[in-house]
Amino acid sequence: MRALDRKALRDLARLWAQVLAIALVLGCGVMVLVLANGTRASLMDTREAYYERHRFGDVFAAATRATKSLLPDIAALPGVAALEARIIAAALVDLEGFAEPVSARVLSLPTTGAPALNLPLLRAGRLPDPLHPDEVALYEPFAQAHGLRPGDRFAAVIKGQRRELVVTGHLLSPEFIYTMGAGSIMPDDLRFGILWMAEAPLAAATDLDGAFNDLTLRLSRGANEAAVIAALDRLLAPYGGTGGYGRARHASHAFLDSEMTQLAALAYILPPIFLIVSAFLVNMVLGRLIALERRQIGLLKAVGYSTGAIGWHYLKLCLGIGVLGVVFGWAAGWWLGQRMTELYTEFFRLPWLIYQPRPGPFAISAALALATVTAGGLRAVRASVRLAPAVAMAPPAPPLFRRGWLDGLGRTFRLRQTTMMILRSVARWPGRASVTLFGVSASVAVLVASFCTFDAMDLMMDEMFAQSNRQQVTLILSSARNEAAVQDVLALPGVIRAEGAFALPVRLIHGARSELSTLNARPAQTDLSRLLDTDGRPVALPARGLVLPEGLARKLDLRPGDMLQVEALAPPRETWSIPLAGTIRQTVGQEAHIDRTALFSLMRSAPQVNMLHLMVDTDRMDALHRTVKTTPAVAGLVTWTEVRRQFEQTINENLWISATIYSVLGMLITIGVIYNAARIQLSQRAHDLASLRVLGFRRAEVGYVLVGELMGLTLAAIPPGWLAGYGFAAMIVAGVSTDVVSVPLVIDTSTYATASLIVLVTALAAALVVRRRLDRIDIVQALKAQE
Amino acid sequence: MTESAPAAPARQPVPVLSARGLTKVYRTGAVTVQALRGVDLTLFQGEMVVLLGASGSGKSTLLNILGALDTPTAGRITFRDHDLTHASDRALTQFRRDHVGFVFQFYNLMPALTARENVALVTEIAQNPMRPEEALERVGLGHRLDHFPAELSGGEQQRVAIARAIGKRPELLLCDEPTGALDSATGVTVLEALAEVNRDLGTTTAIITHNAGIRKIAHRVIYLADGLIAREEVNETRIAPSQVSW
Repeated sequence: MRALDRKALRDLARLWAQVLAIALVLGCGVMVLVLANGTRASLMDTREAYYERHRFGDVFAAATRATKSLLPDIAALPGVAALEARIIAAALVDLEGFAEPVSARVLSLPTTGAPALNLPLLRAGRLPDPLHPDEVALYEPFAQAHGLRPGDRFAAVIKGQRRELVVTGHLLSPEFIYTMGAGSIMPDDLRFGILWMAEAPLAAATDLDGAFNDLTLRLSRGANEAAVIAALDRLLAPYGGTGGYGRARHASHAFLDSEMTQLAALAYILPPIFLIVSAFLVNMVLGRLIALERRQIGLLKAVGYSTGAIGWHYLKLCLGIGVLGVVFGWAAGWWLGQRMTELYTEFFRLPWLIYQPRPGPFAISAALALATVTAGGLRAVRASVRLAPAVAMAPPAPPLFRRGWLDGLGRTFRLRQTTMMILRSVARWPGRASVTLFGVSASVAVLVASFCTFDAMDLMMDEMFAQSNRQQVTLILSSARNEAAVQDVLALPGVIRAEGAFALPVRLIHGARSELSTLNARPAQTDLSRLLDTDGRPVALPARGLVLPEGLARKLDLRPGDMLQVEALAPPRETWSIPLAGTIRQTVGQEAHIDRTALFSLMRSAPQVNMLHLMVDTDRMDALHRTVKTTPAVAGLVTWTEVRRQFEQTINENLWISATIYSVLGMLITIGVIYNAARIQLSQRAHDLASLRVLGFRRAEVGYVLVGELMGLTLAAIPPGWLAGYGFAAMIVAGVSTDVVSVPLVIDTSTYATASLIVLVTALAAALVVRRRLDRIDIVQALKAQE
Repeated sequence: MTESAPAAPARQPVPVLSARGLTKVYRTGAVTVQALRGVDLTLFQGEMVVLLGASGSGKSTLLNILGALDTPTAGRITFRDHDLTHASDRALTQFRRDHVGFVFQFYNLMPALTARENVALVTEIAQNPMRPEEALERVGLGHRLDHFPAELSGGEQQRVAIARAIGKRPELLLCDEPTGALDSATGVTVLEALAEVNRDLGTTTAIITHNAGIRKIAHRVIYLADGLIAREEVNETRIAPSQVSW
């Protein structure tokens, strides 16, 4: 090994703590890149393969009752490559030993052969025999949640008829990678299930012989999705078509998509922060090292080393740091990627999910990391190697300080001279101070943005469960009923209060824009299920006009007062012109709301209900569940207390994991920045600090000069960190929000405080570790060691 | 070894700092260097002492120990009635803070502070300080208050260091080669400042130097060689710093 290389290795070993601190920050950037891209690629590859092998549809539509004779016309539509018509019905499952009624969706399987599209994957047992009308196959997670195995029996109410069913097997389907029941906001395999049944018995049960109510299309390459949907809607309209939609609006697909968008956002937002901070750190540390080795550089030049050779020597040091960071980032990214993929397999019902990161992100992250350290080191190297040998060997000129506004400040506030030393040092080396400010701000921002998810969840929980949905139970009726049902339901066990609502599938049209939605009709004043205005206060429905969630109004480019077309996709299938009366805040769901009287006068019919919100005596919940199980009029049930419990559980499990990871990332930036700044300061000012000890300053007073500057900068960096955190949070919220869930951008004061406190404590700890070195400085030696 | 009381300053010489049997051994790896080999020394109130010796004679080590910057390997050191031999780091810091002023060959000023602020650095933490401006006026720098060290000449910087040392009205002023980095003419101005402080404030002043020419401005001269006091002499007649040259 050449002597200079040996020196480079020894320098790395000697500066190990600083090198490690930078490598960790750099490694974080590499890790996030590898992790986010690797996980996303694994998820995407799996989904694509699953979709392809199991022929996942491109366009989906539902109707009330469409005759099968329509199918050739649909198949003939330009762009349609394949289609699958089937029957879907809602069911209420009664499982022994499980008190609550379980909502389910029953899907028909063709009598002969496998479905052409949305082919289920058999995981255990066999498919139902068309000749045995009581046979069903179950969605695997649902079967596992209840311990139902092939051969087991249970009861279900389908279209008001109670039937005994027998399990034949377990299935998964590309349609149900992420599954939620109607009216639910979370997957719940205990309370929502999917049943596959042969077509004939289901058609008989639902009175849909020779007809279908659900359609999936596969489009040919290059087909125009919007055109196909428009044509399909025209064909299905007479049969109660509720509007076709593409994959983008398919719940399971859309949810997976938003997860991948988040991963992509993670890969774009976070790594640059870490890379920039590490570039600055490399620049800072190398700059100092070169300043200390100025005479050595002069000597090397004097004995004949070329400028290039010396520059390359120092760049090797940078690359050493880079390689260390890359190795750490790759290892951590690979490991975390595997853990995250495991987490996804629990969350997403994929038949397989193997962590198979592509080599691209590894190569790109390494190239970026090495380019970062090189760029960081280059400036420091260039400035030093340019010196002529004689100049380099002479001691550097002392730092020059100038009079300025600081003098006035010092006099006005009668600042101590140690404080003036701090202020002048900041003013004299603004670059170093800026790196510290930038790094600490980034740290605060990462923490604020990561903790604000808790605030958003708190607000969503409060709005969803304490403000808007104050009912304990919502019953979904199998068909619309006369308003008298609201009184009737009071007769059920434990029901204290009831409110009725009517949901109608609609298409909202404003100019060229249109959105599928549900129009929710309710009394102007409600007490259980309430609407909240944009400030989160309960608000009464106006007597006239429509009320839309802010997000939906924005999508349709509507402002209060604007007229919009509302096309009813169920009887009476009319289109009304209604003004937008106002917007509301709604975090989950994108429904339109209208006063009951207003809607039914448009419909020219007596008020009806198809949903009942109930306030229930919790002690009598079991009795209510028992009764609902045997009430044919009820097609589904949402227990809000249970929804809330699951929501909280999910938050506790998942949010804490990510918050912990982000906290560690945020803290690592602070540690890297403050530790290095402190070490550099100590090395640069050892002589000054030793002089202070000579003059009779105590250790704590001398420590103040070192720690005070860093803590002052940390404090100064916090407010910009808050601002950056807000912006960062806005990006994350925008990335996380979907058509179904609009995550609010709220940051609680306590979040700012917690983030600041963590950063302050971390910075103090990092500074104090260096401060301890101050105690070990030999005053006499330090005074002798004149630079 | 005998000690003679200073002739000029005090009728009843009052001991300020007293060292007995000071030894100092430095060990670096396998190498052992005995810097002091049993030094007995007393500094009396108001006197000016010059410690003369060649490089390596142990004079800097002695000054560091007298100023509580370093501790002896063996021996005893007392300041008035206080035994400093086994004092804690905290007590030694307090001793330096309250009683000792230092002047070094390379000034050791804070580059980030102006002349006035460098003096204020010390007067702020002293019990009975003079105003920084007064200290600087005493060394003839009343017109350079707001200059940074980098804007001052070597002699001026050293005079700021003296002002900083005397600003707290120390009982002991320890100077390590105060003129070592200066030319003869500039060095004289520094010596004049030291002599004035000694005369006007009655500060006990010890000056380390290898420059024999300076010895005549002192009341007493102590010669060091090989870590021992070789001899001592009392100047019956002192000369003014302006008469010194090298």
